Amino acid sequence: MTTQITSARPASSATTVGRPGFAWALPAALFFALFAIVPLIMVAVLSFMSWDGISPPRFTGTDNWSRLLDDPVMLKSIWLTLLLTALGVLLQTPLSIVLGVWAAGHQRNRAVLSVIYFIPLLLSATAVSVLWRALLDPNFGIPADAAWLFGDGNLFGEQATAIGVLAFVSTWQFTPFHTLIYQGAARAIPQVLYQAAEIDGAGRYRQFFHITLPQLRNAMITSMILMIVGGLTTFETVLILTQGGPGTDTTISAYYMYDKAFKGFDYGTGSAIALALVVASTIISLIVVRVSGYDKMRGSAEGVS
Amino acid sequence: MRRRPNYLAGAGSLLWLFLVGLPLYVMLAATLRTRQDYAENGPVSLPDSFTLDNYTRAFDSGFGQYFFNTLVVTACVIGIVLLLVPPLAYAIVRSRGRTTSAIFRLFLLGLAIPAQAVIVPMFYLISEAGLYDNLLGVILPTAAFCLPMSALILSGAMRDISPELYEAMAMDGATPRRMFFQLVVPLSRGGLSTIVVFSALQAWNGFLFPLVLTQSDSTKVVTLGLYNFQTAHGIDIPGLLGAVVLSMVPILLVYLFARRALVQGLMGVGGK
Repeated sequence: MTTQITSARPASSATTVGRPGFAWALPAALFFALFAIVPLIMVAVLSFMSWDGISPPRFTGTDNWSRLLDDPVMLKSIWLTLLLTALGVLLQTPLSIVLGVWAAGHQRNRAVLSVIYFIPLLLSATAVSVLWRALLDPNFGIPADAAWLFGDGNLFGEQATAIGVLAFVSTWQFTPFHTLIYQGAARAIPQVLYQAAEIDGAGRYRQFFHITLPQLRNAMITSMILMIVGGLTTFETVLILTQGGPGTDTTISAYYMYDKAFKGFDYGTGSAIALALVVASTIISLIVVRVSGYDKMRGSAEGVS
Repeated sequence: MRRRPNYLAGAGSLLWLFLVGLPLYVMLAATLRTRQDYAENGPVSLPDSFTLDNYTRAFDSGFGQYFFNTLVVTACVIGIVLLLVPPLAYAIVRSRGRTTSAIFRLFLLGLAIPAQAVIVPMFYLISEAGLYDNLLGVILPTAAFCLPMSALILSGAMRDISPELYEAMAMDGATPRRMFFQLVVPLSRGGLSTIVVFSALQAWNGFLFPLVLTQSDSTKVVTLGLYNFQTAHGIDIPGLLGAVVLSMVPILLVYLFARRALVQGLMGVGGK
């Protein structure tokens, strides 16, 4: 577009004149490099060092890594992290697709209800966790009132129920966000497709599975990547709801990192876990992008024009 | 066209209404009744007492100071973001240089860095800089982690400014500086309000940086106050929930008055 206009003119102006130099981007870049890129490099370096927070760090080679590989809690934490992430994706995806498609309608009652639906989104992860810790308190919370449903009421006392609580609370907190993603995507689906399907005699559910779902493909990938990265880095929920317990039964990797570094003062091992988390979330995101063909940027309006 | 009611989606939305509505009801009801009433009748019952005592108790346990600290952090983070991101986004959209596109790629990479990943070296850096247990030590990393998403949102908004407008200003001999202040900034107000809300939320709700980088009461922020209140007075559930409600009041106010900007700020990329 620009080239058409500029080519009609003497070559000197308009292409470089009046354009900002990279100096405009420099302050932000330096600031970000100092507080994000430098620490990211340091975390890699620290993962090969031993540091207790008091005496200066010293190199210990691959000690941290080999110890971690032999550490049963670490191996369990990886398994737990993957389990919680998978549970999150499996619970939130269907729920947020249904809610998002529903909320994409323009009826007024939906607009009113949407306001209530999205309230969990307004609370910080801390507030959500504190709220549910209080609501599910074994002695003073809802379980004490509804023994027929919760048994002895101590949901935090067993691994299975503690994991269930963590998955549920994450779902409660993040479903509205993913619903918003699907709502936006569902509104962008061309009505023509539904009209054509209607003429062909397709019912609502066939329309949903053959038009809506395929058209939500890009939204689904975006939302899943966010869920996976969010799931791998879940921290506040575990710290506040279960403290990694009972025992180490809900100690997921991000919490284990915090526990090792800031409770056990073993910052080297903490760094190694942190680095492993970054690498894992990057790899999984790349796999999702590759497998889904998202990188080829297939337009979702395909087949319309 | 769609005349028949959609039962499945309707049931799903009712289920969700219940799941969201019940906890919110219990929370509000618990904060407005006496501790004794709550303990005797249980959380789900209808309150038979009314008191604002829980709020005053929460407030007196230090939340006044925590609110002030959180406000300082939030205001400073917004300030830093507003100072750094508009020029950055302007350069990303308008500059033709190779350095700028390298910088843009750096920020795209930055989108994928979670705060958890850098928390240990951040603790080291902030301690070495003498900023441990200082609000500035929370403000700087929080602002830095707002930059990638803000840059993406704002450059998206700036791309919508028509090239003809730049051309017209260039014909008049305008410098990049003048274009920035007279054209780009006024025309990207929507994007600017989105990044303000986005970074305000990040700062207001931030937990990990304050948890690791501060320790005393004088530097405590609201989220950390909630966490400590829970650890210390875990059985005072009405007081605890009062603190939770207090902590969400400012966000609710923003939600009422700037719903669009808030939703877009939450969505991040939705600001485009």
